[in-house]
Amino acid sequence: MPHNPTNPGLLSTSFPPSAWTDSPLSFEDLSLSKAMLAEVKDRLAQWHQRNNRKLTLMEVCGTHTVALSKSGIRDALRPWLDLRSGPGCPVCVTDQEDIDRMLALAALPDVTVTTFGDMMRVPGTRGNLARAKAAGADIRIVYSPLEAVAIATGEPQREVIFMGIGFETTVPTVASSIQQAVEKGLRNFSVFSVHKLAAPVIRQLLQDPELSLDGLILPGHVAAITGRRHFAFIAEAFSLPAAVTGFAALDLLAGIRDLVRQVRDQHPQVSNCYSRVVREDGNAKAWALVETFFEPGRVKWRGLNELPASGLVLRPEYAAWDARQRFPLDLPPSQPPMGCLCGEVLKGKALPFDCRHFAASCTPVHPVGPCMVSGEGTCATYYKYERRENSAHALSH
Amino acid sequence: MCLAIPAKVVDILNDTIVEVETFGNRAQVNTSLVEGLKQNDYVLVHAGFAIEILDVQAASESLALWREIYAAQPN
Ligand code: SF4
Repeated sequence: MPHNPTNPGLLSTSFPPSAWTDSPLSFEDLSLSKAMLAEVKDRLAQWHQRNNRKLTLMEVCGTHTVALSKSGIRDALRPWLDLRSGPGCPVCVTDQEDIDRMLALAALPDVTVTTFGDMMRVPGTRGNLARAKAAGADIRIVYSPLEAVAIATGEPQREVIFMGIGFETTVPTVASSIQQAVEKGLRNFSVFSVHKLAAPVIRQLLQDPELSLDGLILPGHVAAITGRRHFAFIAEAFSLPAAVTGFAALDLLAGIRDLVRQVRDQHPQVSNCYSRVVREDGNAKAWALVETFFEPGRVKWRGLNELPASGLVLRPEYAAWDARQRFPLDLPPSQPPMGCLCGEVLKGKALPFDCRHFAASCTPVHPVGPCMVSGEGTCATYYKYERRENSAHALSH
Repeated sequence: MCLAIPAKVVDILNDTIVEVETFGNRAQVNTSLVEGLKQNDYVLVHAGFAIEILDVQAASESLALWREIYAAQPN
């Protein structure tokens, strides 16, 4: 395999210049990144030579999927490193039935649906939110759940439903909004919760004998809330190396570097490579607020079916703010898009290239599945950055 | 969706709102998820909230360590 482990040429063109000049945040330092990339390449090449296969790591978080491609790191390390995306794009892991419920809620009279922009074009069994909006439904994109509370306050004649989607990073912001609504006695605000938890799905994936990983790149902003310790089970119960990792070029490289070291030393641990943000026990204040309003529930995931205690549902005492309780729906069965491999892609078992729709009948303009819609979906990311690859090459060891 | 942006606290407006600056833009963010936020702190902003305070010392320690490790290495 032709490669030159000391040539970090790609980085110089792939890294966006950082707008941060303040030293505490300059984690895009180009010369440092190049030096670290060269070292990581060296170590990966050594490992590759000894083991005669690529090292396989999973990046659990969708934001990592994008950052690894956008920075050029995925491409630069491809000869020795197979990076698989995991179930960390909230839109992508949302079950088809929940998407159909959102669409049905938007069709109810006097209802305003508020959502993060990512949800708008996710295909339901029949249509999507963007088309429902064009047809007259009141659907508004918000940046923060607090905007949904403000809309409910300003328009008391409307029922305002917020689509609560996201992992541990996002749930505290939704919990805080519910707290505001409860304190204000705001009865026309409710949350449709499809929130998911990272640890239970990781635990599920690691029990799958078909998936053989050498290590996990753990989601830095989930860990900002949960803390590092929350993920300690990965090394303890599964003897798998893992590293909590940030999102700048240096963070990504430091995480991979640490994982290569762990694999080489055969000493699995869950290391914290994002110490400026992630504490041992996370943000206790934020999580306490989550636990005030939510409890773990058995929920459905795309491609994984129901997993116990893997999502967050509103506590019964807050049923008045729970859209599932307030607006019960009886829907015909849901059907995931024909031929869409999202369910396999988000388990790390398929790459977008393996899907017959990819870049043909499925593109960001005409997405067939959610992984092509979300800005951090694996298919959208590969469409934008990785299309010179083909699956045979990418999957070869 | 778990994208979170680092920003600097430039003004404390009240008990729950601060003004932050990031990439030259200013925005107001809610601080009810973090404790003990001060002027000039760096925070991580997600969906209109500060979700964590950055540990500037940890940041500069990481950078200093790497600069030391890689200083001797040719680019
Ligand atoms: S390319 Fe489109 S249809 Fe295929 S897995 Fe990705 S999102 Fe689904």
